[in-house]
Amino acid sequence: MEWEVVIGLETHTQLKTKTKIFSGASTAFGAEPNTQACEVSIALPGVLPVLNKQAMECAIKFGLAINAEIAPRSVFARKNYFYPDLPKGYQISQYELPVVGKGAVTIQVPAVGKNAAYEKVINITRAHLEEDAGKSVHGAVEGMSGIDLNRAGTPLLEIVTEPDMRSAAEAVAYAKKLHELVQWIDICDGNMQEGSFRCDVNVSVRPKGTDKLGTRREIKNLNSFKFMQQAIEYETRWQIETLEDGGTIHQATVLFNPDTGETRAMRSKEEANDYRYFPDPDLLPLEVTAADKVRVQATMPELPEAMKARFEVDYGLSGYDAATLTASRGVADYFVAVVNVGADAKPAANWVLGAVSAKLNSEEKTIANTPVNPAQLAQLLKRIQDNTISNNAAKQVFEAMWAGEVDVDAIIEKLGLKQVSDSGAIEAIIDEVLAANQAMVEEFKAGKEKAFNALVGQAMKASKGKANPAQVNEILKKKLAS
Amino acid sequence: MINSSLKQLSQMLAKKEVSSVEMTQTFLNRIQQYNPTINAYIALDETKTFAQAKAADARIASGNAESLTGIPFAQKDIFCAKGWQTTCGSKMLANFIAPYDAHVISQFDMAGAVNLGKTNMDEFAMGSSNETSYFGGVKNPWDFDRVPGGSSGGSAAAVAARLCAAATGTDTGGSIRQPASLCGFTGLKPTYGLVSRYGMIAFASSLDQAGPMAKSAEDCAMMLNVMAGFDERDSTSLNHPKEDYTRGLASLQAAQPLKGLKIGLPKEYFADGLDANVGAVVQAAINEYKKLGAETVEISLPNTELSIPVYYVLAPAEASSNLSRYDGVRYGHRAAEYTDLMDMYCKSRAEGFGAEVKRRILIGTYVLSAGYYDAYYLKAQQIRRLIADDFTQAFKKCDIIMGPTAPSTAFKAGEKADDPVAMYLQDVYTIATNLAGLPGMSIPAGFSNGLPVGLQLMGNYFDEARMLDVAHAYQQVTDWHMRMPEELK
Repeated sequence: MEWEVVIGLETHTQLKTKTKIFSGASTAFGAEPNTQACEVSIALPGVLPVLNKQAMECAIKFGLAINAEIAPRSVFARKNYFYPDLPKGYQISQYELPVVGKGAVTIQVPAVGKNAAYEKVINITRAHLEEDAGKSVHGAVEGMSGIDLNRAGTPLLEIVTEPDMRSAAEAVAYAKKLHELVQWIDICDGNMQEGSFRCDVNVSVRPKGTDKLGTRREIKNLNSFKFMQQAIEYETRWQIETLEDGGTIHQATVLFNPDTGETRAMRSKEEANDYRYFPDPDLLPLEVTAADKVRVQATMPELPEAMKARFEVDYGLSGYDAATLTASRGVADYFVAVVNVGADAKPAANWVLGAVSAKLNSEEKTIANTPVNPAQLAQLLKRIQDNTISNNAAKQVFEAMWAGEVDVDAIIEKLGLKQVSDSGAIEAIIDEVLAANQAMVEEFKAGKEKAFNALVGQAMKASKGKANPAQVNEILKKKLAS
Repeated sequence: MINSSLKQLSQMLAKKEVSSVEMTQTFLNRIQQYNPTINAYIALDETKTFAQAKAADARIASGNAESLTGIPFAQKDIFCAKGWQTTCGSKMLANFIAPYDAHVISQFDMAGAVNLGKTNMDEFAMGSSNETSYFGGVKNPWDFDRVPGGSSGGSAAAVAARLCAAATGTDTGGSIRQPASLCGFTGLKPTYGLVSRYGMIAFASSLDQAGPMAKSAEDCAMMLNVMAGFDERDSTSLNHPKEDYTRGLASLQAAQPLKGLKIGLPKEYFADGLDANVGAVVQAAINEYKKLGAETVEISLPNTELSIPVYYVLAPAEASSNLSRYDGVRYGHRAAEYTDLMDMYCKSRAEGFGAEVKRRILIGTYVLSAGYYDAYYLKAQQIRRLIADDFTQAFKKCDIIMGPTAPSTAFKAGEKADDPVAMYLQDVYTIATNLAGLPGMSIPAGFSNGLPVGLQLMGNYFDEARMLDVAHAYQQVTDWHMRMPEELK
C-alpha cells in the first residue's frame, strides 16, 4: 500500500519585546538566574498581570503579514497545571478567541532528486499570544533542582497551521519560510539555539487517496531544521511500519533524540492534564481597533512577495532570482544597498546569489556578518564594468576583501590585476604568440577551430592574465584572417 | 479620643492637641489590653508603627499634612505591606514577609497614615465568621461568645472595640458589609474596579474589592478619597475621574435633606429567611428615611435566589486557580519531608490549607473540569449577567436600594461551623452586588437583643458619593453608629 504523511506545525515564536508580556521585567537572554524575575514573574501573592502593548503590536504585525483576520476582541485564558517552572500554577494564554485568525503563507519547496521545485500555500489556523514558563535547572546544587524564572512571562506568539503539509521537505520549507517571515517583520530574533523559535510537529499517516486523518503523534520542541527533517522522516517510517505490522498508533507526545535519530513517546494522551481553561478575570478582553491596525500597518516593511514582484519589474530580474533574493530580508536589503550605490542590478544579483551566498554558506554565516559591505561589492562590480579587471580577477579581489582587506582599487593595485586594454600592447603580445606558435596557426588555417582557443590561451598567459579577453579575441581573429 | 471621628482626630493633630505618636500609643494600649481576648490582630510591629507616627508628626509640623496624616489605621492581612508578615489568615503564608506594598497600603502611606497592624481574617477571605482563620477566631466585641462576621472579622472587631481609628477590609461576597452589620459600624464596598487590587491577595478576582470600615459614613468618605483611583498595575482598575466623596456631606442640614430620593425596597429581601427582629429594625430605619424626605418604592430583583449558587460556582472556580501559586516551591509553607515533586505539592498544600479553602478549591476544580465547564461555569456566568440586569431594571425605578445586610444578628461561635450551606446563606443579601460589580454599604440601624443590626444600601455604578450622602443624612439624626460596647469603654 502507498502511504501519505500528513503534517501540521505549532510554532512558538518568542516576540522581540524589551519587557515581559505581563510585567516590566526585562526579556534579555543569558542573565544570571532569577535576576530578571520581578514580583509578577515570581507570582508573589497579590500581583496582577498587565498586557505589554508591544506584544499586541507584534501579533497584529504577524496577522497583517499573513493576510489574516485580526480579532477585534480576543480573550486571555488561564491554562491550569502544576509544574515548578510555572510560578502561578497556570499559564496565561489564549484559547477560544485568539488574536489572529485564519491566514496563509506561500512556501517554495526545493527540488529533491527527480522532483522539481514547486510552490504551495500553507493555511494558518490561528496565532495566539501567551507567556513562556521558567526553566528547571538540575545539578546546580547537589541533589536539588533549581528554578530560573528569568524566562517566565516572556511573550510568545504560538502559530498553528492546518494539517496541510505532505512531506518532511514541505514541513521544513514552511518552518524556514515562517522563520524568515517573523524576522522580516521584526517580531522575533529567530535565534533557534536560544529557543526564540521552537516547533512542535504533528505527524500522522494514512493510505494514499483516503480522506480520513490518521491518529497523530506530536514531536515536541524541535529547535533545528535538520532535526525537524530527521525527526519527521523517522516518525513517518515508524508509523508506517507500525501500521503495516498490524499495530495501531496511539495519540502521544514524543521527543526526538538527535543522537539516535529516533523519536520516543513522552506521555500518552490518557495521562494528559485537564487544563481547566477559563477566561482570566485579571485581564480585560484584548481589543484591537481599526486605528490600531492602521498604526501598526504604517510600521510594516514591504513584504517578501511584494518585494519579489517589484524586483522583477524594477530590475528586470528573473522570477527565480527575485524569489531567492527575497527569501531573506537581510539578503534583500543587502542587494538593494549594492544597487543603490550604483551597481547594475543583474550583475549585483548574480554576485549576491553567487559568490556572496556561497561564501556565507560555506562558513555558516548570515548576511549580517558578511565582511564585504554593499559599497565594497558595488565598487568591485564597477571595476568589472569599466574593464579595469576581468571577472576572474574580480574573484581574487573578492577573496581578499572577505579576508579583511578594504579598498577594491588598492587590492587590484597590490595584486597587479589591472586588465590590459591598450590595443597596441595586446597586438604586440599577439604578434609574439603567433610568431612562436606557427604550428597552431597552420592547424587553425587547416580548419581546426580548437587551435584558436589555444592561441587565445597562449596570449592570455603571455599577458599574465591581464589582457582584456574580448580584445584578445577580436585582435587575434583579425590577424588570423589577414 | 477613641470615639472621635477621623475629622476630629485630624483636627486634634492639626491643633497639636495630641501628637500622632500619642494617638498611636492610645490605640496600642487598647490593643495590648483587649487583643489577647478579641484576637483582632495577627501581626503587630511597634517599631514600624511608631516610625510612621514620628514621620507623620514631622509632616504635620512642616505643614504638609493631609486629612489622614498621623491617624492610626488597621489593615486587613490580605494586603501585602513591605516588611510585614502578610498571611491572609493562612498557615500557607504564616512565614511570608511581603517584599512590596499593595496599592491600598501605599495610598495610606502616601497620605501619611499610620499602620497599627494586620488584622485577622477568614483564611484567604473564605468565610463569614472569621472561624476559618489559621490564627484562631475573633470575638464579637458586643458579645464574646459570638462571631464578628467575616471574612474581614479582625478589622470589624478592631473598629467596633475601638482598637483603631478605622480599618480596611475587602469584600468578595459581603466580607465588609456582613461584619459591619454584625459588629455595628459603617462599611462600604465600592464599585468593582474603583480601588486597585494590586497587592491584595486574590480570592475571586472578578469579585474582590477593597473598601473602608469605620464608624461613620463621613469616615468612610475620607478613607475612600485615599483608597480610590486608577492604578495601571491592575488591568481591571477603572479610569474613573478622582472624586471628593465628602463633597456632599456638609449640605445635608435641611429638615428634609433627602427630599425626592427614591428608595427601592426589593421584595425578595424581605421574604422568608429574614429574622423578624432584624426585619423590624430595618423597617424602622426605612421609616426614619421617609422622615428625611425620601419616598419608597417596591422593586423586584427576581434572580436574587440564584446569587448564592452562582457565587459558589464562580468564586471557587477563580479561587482554585488563584491559589495554585501556593505550591511550596518559591515561598510559603513547604512540607518538611516528601519523596518527590508530586508528594511535595500534595503534602505542602494538604498541610498549608484549612478545610474551607480545600472545599472551595475542590468545588472550583470540579466546575472548571472538561465536561462540566459548560453546565456550571458557563451557565453561572450567564446567570451573573441576568442578576446584573435585575439591578439595571431596578435603578430605572429608584435612586438607591435598601434592605437588610445580613439575615440575622451575630451568631454564636461554632454554631454554623459544621454547616457550610447555613454559613453561605449569611451572604444572601450581599452577594448580588458583588456579582453585578455594584457598590454596597452597611450602616448601623439599631439593635436586636443587644446585638447590632445593619441596614444595607446599594447604589448604581460609581454612586458612592450619593450613598455616602444618604448614609450621612441618617447618621445626622441617629446615633447607632456611635454606640460601643459598655465593657470596652
